[in-house]
Amino acid sequence: MRYLFRTDYAQDIRLAKHGGHLFWYGALLLVLALAPWLLPEYWLAQLTFVLIYGVVGLGLMVLAGFTGLFSLGHAAFLGVGAYTQAVLTNAGLPFPIALACAAGLSAAAGVVVGLPALRVKGIYLGMATLSFGFIIEEVFARWERVTGGNAGLSVRSPEMFGWAVDTATEFYALCLVITVACTLLILNLLRAPTGRAFVAIRDSEISAQSMGIHLAYYKTLSFAISAALAGVGGALYAHNLRFLSPDQFNLLQSIDLLLMVVIGGLGSIHGVFLGAIFLITMPQLISASKGWLPMVIADAPGLKSVIYGLALVLFVLFEPMGMYGRWLKLRTYLQLFPFYRKGLFKRQKSFQKSDRLK
Amino acid sequence: MQFVQLVIAGIAQGCIYGLIALGFVLIYKATETVSFAQGDLMMLGAFGGLACMTFLGFPFWLSVLATIAAMAALGLAAERVVIRPILGQPAFSIVMLTIGIGYIVRGAVTMIPGIGTETHLLPVPYKDQIWNAGGLVLNVEQMVVIASTALLCTGLFVLFRYSKLGIAMQASSQNQLAAYYMGIPVQRLNGLVWALAAGVAAIAGILLAPITFVHANMGLIGLKAFPAAVVGGFSSLPGAIVGGLIIGIVESLSGFYLPDGFKDVAAYIVVLIMLMLKPNGLFGEKVRKKV
Repeated sequence: MRYLFRTDYAQDIRLAKHGGHLFWYGALLLVLALAPWLLPEYWLAQLTFVLIYGVVGLGLMVLAGFTGLFSLGHAAFLGVGAYTQAVLTNAGLPFPIALACAAGLSAAAGVVVGLPALRVKGIYLGMATLSFGFIIEEVFARWERVTGGNAGLSVRSPEMFGWAVDTATEFYALCLVITVACTLLILNLLRAPTGRAFVAIRDSEISAQSMGIHLAYYKTLSFAISAALAGVGGALYAHNLRFLSPDQFNLLQSIDLLLMVVIGGLGSIHGVFLGAIFLITMPQLISASKGWLPMVIADAPGLKSVIYGLALVLFVLFEPMGMYGRWLKLRTYLQLFPFYRKGLFKRQKSFQKSDRLK
Repeated sequence: MQFVQLVIAGIAQGCIYGLIALGFVLIYKATETVSFAQGDLMMLGAFGGLACMTFLGFPFWLSVLATIAAMAALGLAAERVVIRPILGQPAFSIVMLTIGIGYIVRGAVTMIPGIGTETHLLPVPYKDQIWNAGGLVLNVEQMVVIASTALLCTGLFVLFRYSKLGIAMQASSQNQLAAYYMGIPVQRLNGLVWALAAGVAAIAGILLAPITFVHANMGLIGLKAFPAAVVGGFSSLPGAIVGGLIIGIVESLSGFYLPDGFKDVAAYIVVLIMLMLKPNGLFGEKVRKKV
């Protein structure tokens, strides 16, 4: 068990709380930086995907996990970013400018969706974002002059300052840099007044308002930041897949993204990446385990959705904090060994809270 | 004439939306959860009807009753096993839970060998019949949908208005704690509400089946029922039906008069406009929290 002896107020908001953090995150970063030499090409590609989904998940986590607004149309922001990046890169713009435009346009879309969010709550907000998602998907399919419609749109590889990023390793490095930058950005945001305001809004809108937090401003800001990150993720997604079609950004994608943050653990940055790992490795595990299952089950097209559904139900029922919550318990168990008590993380039994009066 | 024809087709489709939306509203009013599994329950109902009619060889009326009973039991079980333990958790978790249930149901149906992945025809006795009424060509399937919805709504109205059970349900949906103090078994009622919602979903499934065929993805129509529920106001039972009718008619008309692509998103455009103008829907109550 580690006891932190606080001698300074700045210690409370320091990113790395103690030497252990520095050591382990440094080690993680080192491993990630060396991954191209450590991993076979296939797994490097999967790792790239994890990083990309991590960026998108960071965005959704800010919105759903920290501000408490949930979006059922996040794939639309991903799509806006991806298509912007694709169109601009194909027009010959360098990568950083295209990326900035993708993030900016997504953020603008986020603000537009965020506007009804100021008036509606809970499920109505879900409906608004769901509707927005459907409409944007239809726009991608119908605006053929720009997006190529259902026939799809191929994307050139990114290029900047005379450096063409066309191998898997180089692209991985690019993704890694962007992911680390985004993560640091969000971590910093969350320890700044803005992030505190988000969390306050999540916990209680009324008390946040009475503490002088401008609800409309912060909710819109949350939507904008979330959409911008989804846009950045989308831009990388476009380059990674090199081919875009509207059905990549449908409702199932939005639900996958939500599933990622819920299974990872709502309200934690670790959860984003754990969820992304779950989302990427699960299909691999499923196809690897097909040999073990009876034919009827293994061949069913719905196998993936059953497993995702089961994981979702079990996590919500038994581990609402997600994979990160499970890890916290494990860590505490090891730290306190042999004094861990069963009820240490016992969920507080709460009475039904009414959303209608919130 | 064509206009009337389109409106009638829209009403029939809208009745289906309305019936699914009715399930959302029932559950929302009772437990404040939004069930994303409602569309998939409807699909399961259609498959149940199919199983009763083709494999068990039941006559039509018996299979309808058997399906409704089976689905109601399933709803009751679902409430008891997965919903009740997490009541009081954030609404968001419960929404994710119902999404998970929907995924499981849809995936499990595709695992039935030889049946789950195919498209089936439900052999209802009124299949492919047409009435001609003064220049209007009326599809009997659509008429049955409209008539059954009207009948069901009357039944529900009577239930909620005149029966002890319905009044208790109303009371517990208005204020659970007060209802509990008055001696109403709130938890058991919540189970019954889920059963009722699943039963309504089964009826919707059987009504929809002759029109769109029975397949594993027919539950996706539930996504169109959300706009219906929102337009009507999520907390109003008549609102669900009215919302469904509005969405159905708008969709049917925009499919004919507007360019391609509008039919699929018409419902969502309507709901976005609705949310901006009247965020609580047509019949929803507006409540503010007082501190």
